[in-house]
Amino acid sequence: MSMLECTALSKNYGSVEALRSIDLTLESGRIVGLVGPNGSGKTTLIKLAQHLLTPTSGMITIDGMIPGPQTKAIVSYLPDRDFLPQWMNLDELMTFYHDFFPDFNPAKAADMLDTLGVSGRQPLGKMSKGTREKVQLIFTMSREAKVYLLDEPIAGVDPATRDYILRTILSNYSENALVLISTHLITDVEPILDEVVFLQKGTIELHENADALRERTGKSIDGYFREVYRCWGN
Amino acid sequence: MGWNFNDNTPIYLQIINGLQREIASGAYPPGSRLASVRELALEAGVNPNTMQRALAELERQGLVNSQRTAGRFVTEDTAALSALRRSMSDEIIADFFRSMQSLGLSNEEILSLVQDWVLEHSKEEH
Repeated sequence: MSMLECTALSKNYGSVEALRSIDLTLESGRIVGLVGPNGSGKTTLIKLAQHLLTPTSGMITIDGMIPGPQTKAIVSYLPDRDFLPQWMNLDELMTFYHDFFPDFNPAKAADMLDTLGVSGRQPLGKMSKGTREKVQLIFTMSREAKVYLLDEPIAGVDPATRDYILRTILSNYSENALVLISTHLITDVEPILDEVVFLQKGTIELHENADALRERTGKSIDGYFREVYRCWGN
Repeated sequence: MGWNFNDNTPIYLQIINGLQREIASGAYPPGSRLASVRELALEAGVNPNTMQRALAELERQGLVNSQRTAGRFVTEDTAALSALRRSMSDEIIADFFRSMQSLGLSNEEILSLVQDWVLEHSKEEH
């Protein structure tokens, strides 16, 4: 069933059109890659879904609801920057998540933190960047959510950390959830995607099944986009 | 992470090939139970739906069968297994002959080279 739906969705920042009347339907049970160059509208779309922005026109719904407190209860969101209070240690974060989100599974989080080998007393701000990103992902994936919005989860981490992150996503998302991963590092996420949505200058250039795209073009998704969009950076 | 995939073939086809090889070689013995879709997907580093699609194709080919509650099992049909081994080795042989022929060798020359190689190798081993 459709879990995230956009109808003629537009967002302007002053005179800049970040999203131009996009129509998009994403089903549950899928892992979807939201790809496109910097400034193509990926983060804007995710922020609209999370009610951090409101549409200029058009509509976005999550599980049939306009984004708000009800949708935040079923959406687990990983922003593209540090988002948890840096002074909190892991024990405090556990309590924090437990209080905020009824779908939080503390046993799952404790298990993953244990495997990662970080101590409960250490504040988030004292951890290395890689460890901090892993911890934030662990909390995000420890919710039994219907939708996971992951904004650039693998940007700026080393290859081992990237594997850890992809593996954590793959082994923890709830079976019938929608996982939306925004990234410009297509190669790294390609094997785990069901579908790919390519944004370019605020419009959807393409929305297709990942394997169907490879079959049709005889290329990797990354290779295809590099060829079609020569200006492709990063 | 997981298996290595090449760029220009759909991933599910590459998974099918990988699993066929494991079945043909006996790494997954006849009648053995396969791990769950989710576990296999994690091992290969791919999306569970992609793994599901590959397994469905193997089922269609009669190489695995699913028993509703117990999971998926490698076939015990020895005829199907030897047919699989046969078609996979035919492919390897065809590839090999193509490469050798590209060096300008005739089939007879290739065969005698293969025989020499086998003889030399069996000496080394003993």
